[in-house]
Amino acid sequence: MSSMSQTPTTDREARLDAAIRRHAGEEGPLLPILHAVQAEFGCVDEAAKRRIADALNLTRAEVHGVVSFYHDFHDKPETRPVLKLCRAESCQARGGEALAAHAERVAGARVKIEPVYCLGLCSVGPNAMVGEDLYARLDERGVAELIGAM
Amino acid sequence: MTVVRISDDALAIACGADRVARRFAELGHEVVRVSSWGMHWLEPLVEIDGFGYGPASPADVEAILADQAGGLCIGKIADHPFIAAQTRLTFARAGKTRPLSLDDYAATGGWKGLERARTMTPEAVVEQVKASGLRGRGGAGFPAGIKWDTVRKAANPRKYIVCNADEGDSGTFADRMLMEGDPYLLIEGMTIAALAVGAQRGYIYIRSEYPHAIAKMRAAIRLSAQIVAPFVLEVRVGAGAYVCGEETSMLNSLEGKRGEVRAKPPLPALEGLFGCPTVVNNILTASAVPFVLAEGAQAYADYGMGRSRGTMPIQLAGNVKYGGLYETAFGVTLGELVEKIGGGTGNGRPVKAVQVGGPLGAYFPPALFDTPFDYEAFAAKDGLIGHGGITVFDDTADMAVQARFAFEFCAIESCGKCTPCRIGAVRGRETMDKVIAGDRPASNLALVADLCETMKLGSLCALGGFTPYPVMSAITHFPGDFVRESADAA
Repeated sequence: MSSMSQTPTTDREARLDAAIRRHAGEEGPLLPILHAVQAEFGCVDEAAKRRIADALNLTRAEVHGVVSFYHDFHDKPETRPVLKLCRAESCQARGGEALAAHAERVAGARVKIEPVYCLGLCSVGPNAMVGEDLYARLDERGVAELIGAM
Repeated sequence: MTVVRISDDALAIACGADRVARRFAELGHEVVRVSSWGMHWLEPLVEIDGFGYGPASPADVEAILADQAGGLCIGKIADHPFIAAQTRLTFARAGKTRPLSLDDYAATGGWKGLERARTMTPEAVVEQVKASGLRGRGGAGFPAGIKWDTVRKAANPRKYIVCNADEGDSGTFADRMLMEGDPYLLIEGMTIAALAVGAQRGYIYIRSEYPHAIAKMRAAIRLSAQIVAPFVLEVRVGAGAYVCGEETSMLNSLEGKRGEVRAKPPLPALEGLFGCPTVVNNILTASAVPFVLAEGAQAYADYGMGRSRGTMPIQLAGNVKYGGLYETAFGVTLGELVEKIGGGTGNGRPVKAVQVGGPLGAYFPPALFDTPFDYEAFAAKDGLIGHGGITVFDDTADMAVQARFAFEFCAIESCGKCTPCRIGAVRGRETMDKVIAGDRPASNLALVADLCETMKLGSLCALGGFTPYPVMSAITHFPGDFVRESADAA
């Protein structure tokens, strides 16, 4: 991949360029780049979209279209801690919906309860994920403790 | 010092396996982290000299070591009825090997299929897969050998092997367990596919909700790179889109595009990744191939019934007493799986419904429990076996709410490319809301049935096309749940 069309002028741009450069030589580099940028900044914002588009010779609209398509990429960073709670059928069958309502009450505005559709632990639900840590067999007390520790 | 074997599967870890392992290590014992046996209700399962103890907590460790944890002891794990009654071909190593150990893999027959394939012509390898009767385990059930042959015969010299590990169906976890527990098996299967069709590169597309599987596969690819060379493998991570489990939207995603479905034709076998001939196989399909090559096509085809040959790793999930992975030959009935092997519901209430095949699979009532697990038999009952997941619901389930959820899920996950799915799912959810509120249920249900017909026939892929399965099966088999108290009657 050719060098960036504009030299980085800020620390943020330098970090962004480094994330782009790490994957720019791969086949179909856009998703790996977006994952790297999301991990680095907690979001893929407007400035990042433009710089990625520049680097990959895409339009800003094309990059925006991809960012907005996938649940994992966000326009703005989430400032609250996030608990991903599985809301799919197997967890529903194990009381997941009532647990989700309880989790929302406990979390209030401090912790974000985000739905996730299946963590692949479907025989031991209800399940949750915080970062890359997994939690199974959650009940009301368990989920409250988890939220309290976040 | 005692040697203690504990799984490092994500499910075991979510149930506290790391804490149990740490406790054994603190007391000076050697902990070996192995794959999971798949008896999930017993996780974390501790194995000492072949005997199992579970579910274990750190507080149980000293009692287990002193042989005073009688209540937790299940006897010899290999003799446990849940394990002894299975036919494990794909999951033959489950519980027995260290997932990333190349020594363990080779010592248990690993690479034998690949070695044999290397002595054969590509045509002969494809013939073996054809003769085995192996069909796509992702859901569609297309004969794997025919797909491979199409790619083999394609003229373009640049070809790809893509493995679909975007296992998003609720109630399924076999792909995850395979990648975390026996990653070299998948690598061997994909390498055999590459030899058979003449591919140079392979991608494994893993959903981002599976960080443990991503880490294991990446490590396994690194450690086995010399063995599979010149074939080159790489993991790509999805980004939270269910529809990317559909093969053409997965290919778009791999190319760095929106995960929108492509119209077929052209078939991915002829114009797939970057427009090149591509084998797209599910994890379980590719992982069945080493057995076929090592033991011969007939050895695999000897299992099963009708046109469903071999074994299926079935996943027992939801409100089930004995949940986990149960690999068996096709032909076992749904009732045996749910009532006998699964032990009914986890909380002891009666089973009301089971959803087979994930969010796009039909709900089956106990009246249909005599249906044998077989692609055609399920299709004849307006259902599908999909990826082999069975989610059990007790009698508190409200099937009208489940039918509404099927539409809601489709609306959330629709890629937006085709109208029946994009608009139909939203209108379906709204109409189900009216039914649930008691607003003209008869005419609104007729509308839902009509809408389902349109979605089934008019959608580009299985997301819109199969959402009618859970909806219509709920309406057909549980009509009582759709008779609601009218809001106006009050």
